Amino acid sequence: KEVPSTPLKKSAMTERYSFSLTTFSPTGKLVQIEYALAAVGAGSPSVGIKASNGVVIAGEKKQRSALYDADSIKKVEMIANHAGMISSGLAPDFRLLVRKARKLAQEYHLIYQEPIPTVRLVQKVANVMQEYTQSGGVRPFGVSVLIAGWDDGKPHLFQCDPSGSYFAWKATALGKNYINGKTFLEKRYSDELELEDAVHTAILTLKESFEGQMNENSIEIGVCNAEGFRRLSTAEVKDYLASI
Amino acid sequence: MSALEYNGSAIVAMMGHECVAIASDKRLGRQAQTLSCDFQKIFQMSDRLFLGLPGLGTDVETVSNRLRFRLNLYKLRENREMKPRTFLNMVSSFLYSHRFGPYFVEPIVAGLEPTTSEPFIASMDLIGCPMITSDFVVGGTASEQLYGMCETLWRPDLEPDDLFEIIAQSLLNAQDRDALSGWGGVVYIVEKDKVTIRHLKARMD
Repeated sequence: KEVPSTPLKKSAMTERYSFSLTTFSPTGKLVQIEYALAAVGAGSPSVGIKASNGVVIAGEKKQRSALYDADSIKKVEMIANHAGMISSGLAPDFRLLVRKARKLAQEYHLIYQEPIPTVRLVQKVANVMQEYTQSGGVRPFGVSVLIAGWDDGKPHLFQCDPSGSYFAWKATALGKNYINGKTFLEKRYSDELELEDAVHTAILTLKESFEGQMNENSIEIGVCNAEGFRRLSTAEVKDYLASI
Repeated sequence: MSALEYNGSAIVAMMGHECVAIASDKRLGRQAQTLSCDFQKIFQMSDRLFLGLPGLGTDVETVSNRLRFRLNLYKLRENREMKPRTFLNMVSSFLYSHRFGPYFVEPIVAGLEPTTSEPFIASMDLIGCPMITSDFVVGGTASEQLYGMCETLWRPDLEPDDLFEIIAQSLLNAQDRDALSGWGGVVYIVEKDKVTIRHLKARMD
């Protein structure tokens, strides 16, 4: 005997968002991306500087309370032996991009047994960010990222935006007060800059917009050179701070 | 009958002084019956990068096309030439991705590094196990015969013209001792500034 069953009622809305939440405005803008950039602009400052023999990326790690365990959160993250990343904006979105970037770099390595060229990594990350502006049920990433890399004897510094655009920089700043940061860098930057000077300049740039006391626990620095990418220890950061 | 022995082939690559050579027979058969004496088994993938494919004829064609597809996309995306070693790794992962339903080819890679022009030769099995050597690599139904010939005739640092003689004789005499290989031969000599293709006059039996 057939027993009629009542299927679980699922509305089209809950079942799938097949439409993009990022849509054009009459003026031809994608307002969601504009808002995402606003989120980036409200985030904690990051800087990146390309030197003749390496790249430095650094950022402010504001502790909102003394109860925070400073070590538990990292702003500067390694993507592969030869590349690292930092962001300004929504930290959870950054975490996701770091995961994706790491996997993309490893996938490349699995096929070619070669470290992924920085520009290729950037293109892949930017492609991910673009997908989130043109897919159903998702919002754009609320971060801009700076990717530092070293390949084939050359340093590279790139920025990826929520829209999916990417740019190569000699030096740049993101987050709060980034315009002042960039102006500061424009004056300070030279093509002959060496990594040591670049770290120094990066710290000074962060200092411009710093609220409160800057110490080895409130900033994070990562450097990328021929030896690869690494995050500086708090002791090393302290030494740099002492010399400014 | 093994899929790797159905169509028949003899392919060899040798290292020379600032050059490499790669040579193959031209036979395509259906077991004992010869169908063609004009079958291409060596493919130029890039300026100075060559791929030799011994094994099942249909897979020779498919694999060469699919690898060319991948290599072309690499060139466009990366804006650079693929190094022979990188190509080897790509072929290896490609073949392994079909581990349980493999392509019946045992590729031979031969070429010069794009920037340094350093010579490079390597071979692999049908599931992608790579082997890089500094003297010679062989493949196909006449591989045992080729090993014998190469071991006897090859010596290091051969100049392009000498390398041609050595590889041609290795190929000709090996394929003449194999029923499924032969019916012509072709030799590619790859140097920094030019690539020379010579077709061999061989026993057509």
